[in-house]
This record gives sequence, structure tokens and C-alpha cells, in this order.
Amino acid sequence: MPISKAFTLAASTALLAVTMSAASAQDVVRIGTEGAYPPFNVIESDGSLTGFDIDIANALCDEMEVECEFVTSDWDGIIPALQAGRFDAIIASMSITEERKEQVDFTEKYYNTPPAIAVPKDSDLTEATPEALAGIALGAQSSTTHSNYAEEKFADADLRLYPTPDEYKLDVASGRIDAVIDDVIVLSEWLESEDGACCKILDTLPIDPVINGEGAGIAVRKGEDELREKFNAAIQAIRENGTYQEINDKYFDVDVYGS
Amino acid sequence: MSVAERLIAPKAPPAPQPQAWTGQKLVGHSLMGLWVAASVGLFLFLVGSFDIEKIRTYGPDYLSGLWITLQLVIMAVAIGALVSLPVAIGRMSANKPISWLAYAYVYAFRGTPLIAQLFLIYYGLGSFRDTLDALHLWTFFRDPWNCALFTFTLNTAAYQAEILRGAIQSVPRGQHEGAAALGISRWITFRKIVLPQAMMVALRPYGNEIILMVKGSAIVAIITVFDLMGETRRAYSRTFDFQTYIWAAIFYLIIVEALRNVWAVLENRLTRHLKR
Repeated sequence: MPISKAFTLAASTALLAVTMSAASAQDVVRIGTEGAYPPFNVIESDGSLTGFDIDIANALCDEMEVECEFVTSDWDGIIPALQAGRFDAIIASMSITEERKEQVDFTEKYYNTPPAIAVPKDSDLTEATPEALAGIALGAQSSTTHSNYAEEKFADADLRLYPTPDEYKLDVASGRIDAVIDDVIVLSEWLESEDGACCKILDTLPIDPVINGEGAGIAVRKGEDELREKFNAAIQAIRENGTYQEINDKYFDVDVYGS
Repeated sequence: MSVAERLIAPKAPPAPQPQAWTGQKLVGHSLMGLWVAASVGLFLFLVGSFDIEKIRTYGPDYLSGLWITLQLVIMAVAIGALVSLPVAIGRMSANKPISWLAYAYVYAFRGTPLIAQLFLIYYGLGSFRDTLDALHLWTFFRDPWNCALFTFTLNTAAYQAEILRGAIQSVPRGQHEGAAALGISRWITFRKIVLPQAMMVALRPYGNEIILMVKGSAIVAIITVFDLMGETRRAYSRTFDFQTYIWAAIFYLIIVEALRNVWAVLENRLTRHLKR
């Protein structure tokens, strides 16, 4: 390749890169999610992201007329990653709690579902009361509202904390733990699948507003009011134009928005 | 007064040469300065963000985590030492199948990551529950603590077996032959001649292995055993204060520093005959 030609190519590539980054500065919103929380967000075997959260995020981005780019992160580190600027918003079924509000700002909720407890089908447990669960091995995902719920309400249970739901599912199926606590939708979805044949829902638990918060919202960095308001308006819009209902019905038989 | 001192008059030592500021010296000093500044900064940060409320809330969790870490490492290293004995003997055995078996064990456990071993033993065995039940092993493997101890013991035993074998084989053959010539029995030769010399060689690698074990144990929270690192992550996920990790680092440093000092004392004792 002659030098002049190579130079032109390099220069045009550089120019292209510059114009592209200038465009992306305003129009691309990077969305952080976990990818291990079916049916809300899950990484498929081909590496693509699917789930209720992802569809909602795409609908919101269409509404806001921006391009969305998904970034996955470990659940434990998802808030610090937002603060460090790895992405601009978290859409990962994150409950709006007081603890988290000290670190990030939330939009209004986009769904709200109660926690539940699942047990193996041959379990002797008949009710989900603190007395009944005393001394049993109860699994939960760590750093979630559900693990906090278990710590508060079932203090006498032997609480086991797992990095993602995948691991507690394995352990309750093998009988290593006696029960698990998580979102009712997450548990139901798993129980309907082949892997969940071992187990059943024991009971749905009442939402505790202090622990569970006000439902799942979208987290943005503190002070990013413009982005937050845009998301709020978009949530409102997809609720009204039926897009939300469509996505809801694609995944669930019930209305997950809550009252 | 000795003869030499009477014959040769003592001379004053030469005056110290002024040392020039070479490039190397400059780099060394500025790097040192950087380290000092970083430590002072870290210290000031810790003092500035000192929060009695957090210590009251998470302090007990840290201590319980620390205790779990210590228990796990101490028990794994101790039981591993026992397991490593037959493995090391097997490695040195002239019997091919036995030495091959011992080598395969060492090879597998040294060649794969500890975290993979932990996952395989905990979740892998969990899916063979019925078989384990039939063998009456499930009650043991059901408990995450047992699985952690089992994995760490097997892992450290593989390393310790190699340390032990290397140390024993580093003792010259002449020592065996000399003892045999003096009519000393093989067991006494091993215990009083070979082993003390081997221990001198093995001491430092043993110390390194324990230190690696202390740090390696930080992964155990993935199977729900909440050690020091697990409690740290839990505290971090509730406070989002990276100070929590600094405290964990300080705890690990203290453990390692204590071990280092114990090892210095042990080495002094074992090599006291080499002192001049």
C-alpha cells in the first residue's frame, strides 16, 4: 500500500472514530444489568441478553429516542460500577431501598412483586413463619433485599448466602438446603422449568416496605436528574401506550406492576 | 592482647566517602517517598473516615469471619500435613503404580485452580446425592464447611507432599550411607538424621504454603462459608464504602506478618548450629 493511501485511510478512520464518539456522547445510554436473574435479566447461551428488564429497557430507550447499550456486572459490585461510570443506569430489578438511596438516585418503580419461599416437594414445612423456619437451612442471594428480609424476619434460620440464584437452585435441588427465599416471579419461573421440578412454592410473603422498598426502579448516579426524569417520563409513557402491558404479558400471567 | 595486635599498630578506619547522588539513588529515594506518602495518606483516610457506627455493626461480623478463616486454614494445613506423608512416600516409592498414583494426585491438584476444585467438590458432588447417600457420605458433603475443609486439605496436601519429597531428597545420600555404616537403623536414620536436615530445607516453603492458603481461602464464600473476605463483601454491599476492603487487607496482613515472625523464630532455632 502506498504511503499516501495508507495515510488517507488512517486519517479517515480517525475522523470516523471522532465523529462516532461525538455522536455517542449524547445518544447512547449504557445500561448496567446482572444477567443471572431469570426471567428478569439473563444471559442466553449465545451471549445475548434477554428478559423482562431488558425488554423494558429497550422500550424505554425507544421512547426516549436514545440508543441503549447493555453492560453486565456482578450483582455485588453493580452500584460501585455505576458510580465509577462504567454505565449510566442500572436496570436489573433493583429494589428501591433507603440503604441504596444513600448511594444512588432512583426513578419511580417499574414493577413490584413480593418475596416467596420455595422448598423441595417432599419438604415437611407447611408454613413460612419464623417458628417453622427456625433452625432450617435457608438459601438466598447475597446483597439482595431478600437476604435482608431473611436476616430480619427469619433470624433463627441458618441463612446461607449465594453469589447468584443459580447456586442456591443447585443446592436446594440436591437437598443441601431446606428452603430458599427470593422474588415470587423468579421462583415461579424456575419451578416451571425442568430444573425446578424438585421444588414448590411454600408461601408468598407480605412485602415489607422498609426492607423490600417501593419496588424495582432504575438507578442513576446521584444528581443526574435529567436522565432520571427522562426515564420517569418514559415509564409513564409505556404504561399508558400499552407497551408495558405487552411486555408484561409476554413474560407473566399476572400484572407485575403492583398497586 | 593477641600477638597480631601487638605487632601491627591499630590504624583509624578510613574516613567515609561522601556518596554521590546517582540516578539509581534518586529513583530509590523518590519511590520510597511515594510509598511513605501513600501510607500516610491511607492512614489519614482511615482516621478521617473513622465511623464507630460501622465498626459496631460490622466489627463482630469481621471477627467471626476472621475466626472462620483461621480455623479453616489451621485445620486444612494440619490435616493436609498428615495426608501429605503417605503421598510423599508414594512419590518416592520404587513401586511404579504407587508412585504413579501419588504423582497423578499431586499433578491434578497442583495443576487446577483452587476455585475450580472447590466448585467441583461442592456443586459437583451435590448432583450425585443419591450415590453419596447410598455410601453414607452425604451427611459429610451436605455441609459447606466440610466441603471447604475437604477441598483445602486435599489441595494443600498435594503441595506439602512435594515440599516434603523435595526436602527429603535434598539430603545427600552420604548421610544415609554413613548412618548405615554406623549400624543405625533405617527408622532412626530417618527420624534423627534425615528429617532434621530436611526440615531446614522445607521450613520456608511450608511457610509460603500456609501464607498462600490464608490468601487462597478468601474464595470460600462462594460456597456460603462466610470467612473474612465473605464478611467483607457483605459489609461492602451494604455500606458501599471501600474502607471495608482496606480493613480486610489489614487483617490479612496481620496474619501473614505474624506467620512471618513465627517462621523467623523457627528458622533461627533449626539453624542454630550454623550460627557463627
